[in-house]
Amino acid sequence: MERIPILKMGQLLLVTIQVDMHDRLAMTLQDDLTTRIVKDRAKGVLIDISALDLVDSFIGRMINNIAAMAKILDADTVLVGMQPAVAITLVELGLTLEGVKTALNVERGMTMLNLGKFS
Amino acid sequence: MIGNDIDVKVIPLRADEDVVRMRQALRECLVSIGFSLIEQTKMITAASELGRNTLRYGGGGEAHIEKVTDGGRRGVVLSFIDQGPGIEDVDLALKDGYTTGNGMGLGLGGARRLADDFELTTAPGKGTTVRISKWKLF
Repeated sequence: MERIPILKMGQLLLVTIQVDMHDRLAMTLQDDLTTRIVKDRAKGVLIDISALDLVDSFIGRMINNIAAMAKILDADTVLVGMQPAVAITLVELGLTLEGVKTALNVERGMTMLNLGKFS
Repeated sequence: MIGNDIDVKVIPLRADEDVVRMRQALRECLVSIGFSLIEQTKMITAASELGRNTLRYGGGGEAHIEKVTDGGRRGVVLSFIDQGPGIEDVDLALKDGYTTGNGMGLGLGGARRLADDFELTTAPGKGTTVRISKWKLF
């Protein structure tokens, strides 16, 4: 089964979405990330969407769910690299991303998560 | 719709992967017409919402991607057709936040906001067709 890879960097989990995701793949990612947060005792989740040229309400909901589940498990979520066309479309779609911080790039995202060191 | 130059692509929507294929076919079409990246993103996002509705609520169906040249303008007309249960209360369905499933309830209203034209034809037991279009002026 195809899966989006999740990288562990110290207490941080990094996901880079580079494929045109169908709904099932998005659901699998949501479940995988939540499982990994617990398993790896992660304090932060960084979702890199700089390669995504589309975020629709299903993906938006996936992001919101991941952030909510992470919060319950005492981890923060940062969304990184949103493309301008995507941001404009999300506003017009009426979608608000809840409980998710955003950052321009991975470096800034990691600073926000206050994780300088990798153990 | 009568145009000087009509070109239709029919894509069945029976599985999640079909929605991805539809988005990709639509992207190609929009690029060939010369839409900007923002226009493309809005239209493909709208199409993704409607394609999902066809699949999830309509029991599957098909998408028609029609490239149209109509006098002084060029554009794309997208139709999402299913033979599913139909929508009972259209006004309610169009309300942001209303969902009969697990969604965010933004699909129909969102598609209407993101496209230039929006047309919904439905009746309980008679299926649903949603048509959206985007135009580029010469």
